[in-house]
Amino acid sequence: MSTRATNILVPVISVILGLIVGAIIMLISGYNPIDGYAALWNGIFGDLYTIGETIRQITPYLLAGLAVAFAFRSGLFNIGVEGQLIVGWFAAAYVGVAVELPMIIHLPLAILAAAAAGALWGFVPGLLKAKFHVHEVIVTIMMNYIALHTTNALIKTVSGGGDRTESIFASASLRSEFLENLTEFSRLHYGIIIALVMVGVMWFILEKTTLGFELKAVGFNHNASQYAGMNVNKNIILAMVISGAFAGLGGAMEALGTFEYVSSKAGFTGIGFDGIAVALLGMNTPLGVIFGATLFGSLKYGALNMPNAAGIPLEIVEIVIAVIIFFVASGYIIRLFLLRAAKKKEAK
Amino acid sequence: MEYVIEMLNIRKEFGTFVANDNITLQLKKGEIHALLGENGAGKSTLMNVLFGLYQPEGGEIRVRGEKVDISDPNVANDLGIGMVHQHFMLVENFSVTENIILGSEPTKYGVTNKKDAAKKVQALSEQYGLNVDPYAIIEDISVGMQQRVEILKTLYRGAEILIFDEPTASLTPQEITELIQIMKRLIAEGKSIILITHKLKEIMDVSDRVTVIRKGQGIGTVITSETNPQELASLMVGRQVEFKTVKSPASPKDNILSVKNLVVDDYRGVAKVKNLNLDVRAGEIVGIAGIDGNGQSELIEAITGLRKVKSGTISLHGKDITGLKPRKVTEAGVGHIPQDRHKHGLVLDFPIGHNISLQTYYKQPISKSGIIDYNKIDEKAKAIIEAYDVRTQGPHEPARALSGGNQQKAIIGREVDRNPELLIAALPTRGLDVGAIEFIHSRLIEQRDNGKAVLLISFELDEVMNVSDRIAVIHDGEIVDTVLPEETTEQELGLLMAGHAVRGSEHKEDQHVD
Ligand SMILES: Nc1ncnc2c1ncn2[C@@H]1O[C@H](COP(=O)(O)OP(=O)(O)OP(=O)(O)O)[C@@H](O)[C@H]1O
Ligand SMILES: [Mg+2]
Repeated sequence: MSTRATNILVPVISVILGLIVGAIIMLISGYNPIDGYAALWNGIFGDLYTIGETIRQITPYLLAGLAVAFAFRSGLFNIGVEGQLIVGWFAAAYVGVAVELPMIIHLPLAILAAAAAGALWGFVPGLLKAKFHVHEVIVTIMMNYIALHTTNALIKTVSGGGDRTESIFASASLRSEFLENLTEFSRLHYGIIIALVMVGVMWFILEKTTLGFELKAVGFNHNASQYAGMNVNKNIILAMVISGAFAGLGGAMEALGTFEYVSSKAGFTGIGFDGIAVALLGMNTPLGVIFGATLFGSLKYGALNMPNAAGIPLEIVEIVIAVIIFFVASGYIIRLFLLRAAKKKEAK
Repeated sequence: MEYVIEMLNIRKEFGTFVANDNITLQLKKGEIHALLGENGAGKSTLMNVLFGLYQPEGGEIRVRGEKVDISDPNVANDLGIGMVHQHFMLVENFSVTENIILGSEPTKYGVTNKKDAAKKVQALSEQYGLNVDPYAIIEDISVGMQQRVEILKTLYRGAEILIFDEPTASLTPQEITELIQIMKRLIAEGKSIILITHKLKEIMDVSDRVTVIRKGQGIGTVITSETNPQELASLMVGRQVEFKTVKSPASPKDNILSVKNLVVDDYRGVAKVKNLNLDVRAGEIVGIAGIDGNGQSELIEAITGLRKVKSGTISLHGKDITGLKPRKVTEAGVGHIPQDRHKHGLVLDFPIGHNISLQTYYKQPISKSGIIDYNKIDEKAKAIIEAYDVRTQGPHEPARALSGGNQQKAIIGREVDRNPELLIAALPTRGLDVGAIEFIHSRLIEQRDNGKAVLLISFELDEVMNVSDRIAVIHDGEIVDTVLPEETTEQELGLLMAGHAVRGSEHKEDQHVD
């Protein structure tokens, strides 16, 4: 079988298998899977409004996925995307609220603030890894908690004791009347364009620049990179900074697009953690991240419709979604089966 | 006499590439059967087929006369086939016993029973005279010992047939002698051995028969006692091969490398290079002879900026390069063929083309303002692949997929091509076939004749004697003597390397080095 055929067949088969097992779970729990999937479908593609909302949901997943994938390609496991996204969210909202400037300055400034905050949050674990060999997984997990509680405290201060900031000035907003009109007044905003540009940026860095060459080399083999004259420590820090910046931008999408404010959080948003799955589904390539984020964003958003439209409790819905994602993620098992089958055929 | 293994008309393809084409190998019980062929001829591939790592596209395998389907290494294990790989497969921070039982851990009430395992390992080690400590941690023991652990691993699993893939490539001469003893002991205990090696002398010494393959094709099997190295070499290469490197006398000029009172510590803080002095002039090859572990690695790493210098100076062309970063050292004109090609020499998961530009990717003409022109990387790779006869399917093939010898040729091509003022070659011909060795040696000599300085580090006295213009003997972190190859003997070098100052100063070279 040609590799192209398997490349297309594998995701298709995995999704179908996932849907079948999901259906079985719904059946066993006493719900009608056809109703359930119809609700899921309508929740994703039902009308222009839901399509707009689905795309909006995909946007932060794209950036979170890029952040994880970028670090992965440099040999680092950035579990701190969640925290980097939270500080990015806060930084963008703060800049959006604190000053009023012409849009051409204000919006870029707010976006940059988010990227810088995420970058800073990535810099710390990068530095600790490079200089003191502290494992980035431990530090990034801790940085997530620091981000959560620090931003909560800051929100309190900024809002004078409240639990959310004012809404940002229109000059810092990513809202798009054009996209809203197109999608029956969904909250779809210009952020999706930024996210897609960033996919291109990641591809460009990795595939075209000397920096990307070094980051990948360091990711594969520290010793050989050092032998070749690359600065391993610098590259580790840089990888974390860039990864953090992507994550921070993910926060900006929420701050300047979807919500236009930041409120204190009882727990994590989950977007950063889902970014790990998005990256892995996409095999850590920029194009793959688009695929992973689309799958994740659609299922997550579409699932919201299942309790309402099909009366399936949220818990079951989450299990079904998780099962589908699980099957897609284990696509390589299916690939293995296909290869075996092909070989058997050849042998005969 | 019966055959324990018969591999008949084996064919193995990788995509469109045929790595094994109609190869037959028959192993008799109790013999040492050598497998000979150029780099990339398909020896490791054939053995991986026998060990169940690859499935053949054609041919059949018989074990003790019975046709078998070796679908994975577990099946091979059950059939009593064990393999000691070209590159070891050990977990560095596990103990010897843990590595040996890995994958088939003995359990008592569901708990791994390491004590019994260690006892069994100890017993096996004594039976075959291996002298391995079951509790030692892998990263603390020498390469030779690690190899014995690999041997133990196969014996522990009840192997009757042992495959050795280039076991001597990374060993010191002393360790090689010991390994040969071990192999003879194994045969005496009723085992059968397939041995891959590029060293014809070893084949002549230990093997009973030799099977030769050339570019993936089976050439045939000969009886060792009825052949000679010259014939073997031409069988395998397909033409006459020169053994002795021909070279004209050196005409050294200015000092290029000058090392003064150098002290370097290893990672534990123990001095490995102690007050070392060394000069290498333009237009000469200086060979460093010494037993592994006498400070060679630390010396090279200090020169190339990979390791901190504690005291002393290193200068290149009169310019102080002590303590410079590796990139600055490279840019100052130092080329380095590293001792460990997998650790330092290559990014195995990168395409071979990327690896060939590993030190030049950021410079013109490959890069402009931080943007890489990958077409240029491919062009460069193709040129080197062509010039150095690197057998690969092209610049995009992952370095990992190249045979060991071809990986080495790619590294050598990369380093020599940059035309450095000083070329440091550490074990440059490790794992290369005789034809390739001849080729590499003449490249080193060519560099010398072009007025470059060459520093050669080798554990093989043959190589040091053949290629060097001057030999500096290193012992315990110091250059203990400098001799001329035409005025010394292997015996004398051996004594010097062991730390015996045996000679009067009558034919000592002018005090140039010390
Ligand atoms: N997994 C693989 N995928 C593609 N090509 C491969 C793979 N493994 C080996 N090859 C190719 O098959 C050929 C034979 O390789 P092999 O490793 O068997 O050579 P060898 O005889 O052991 O050489 P050496 O003496 O250098 O170790 C080489 O050209 C190599 O590039
Ligand atoms: Mg090999």
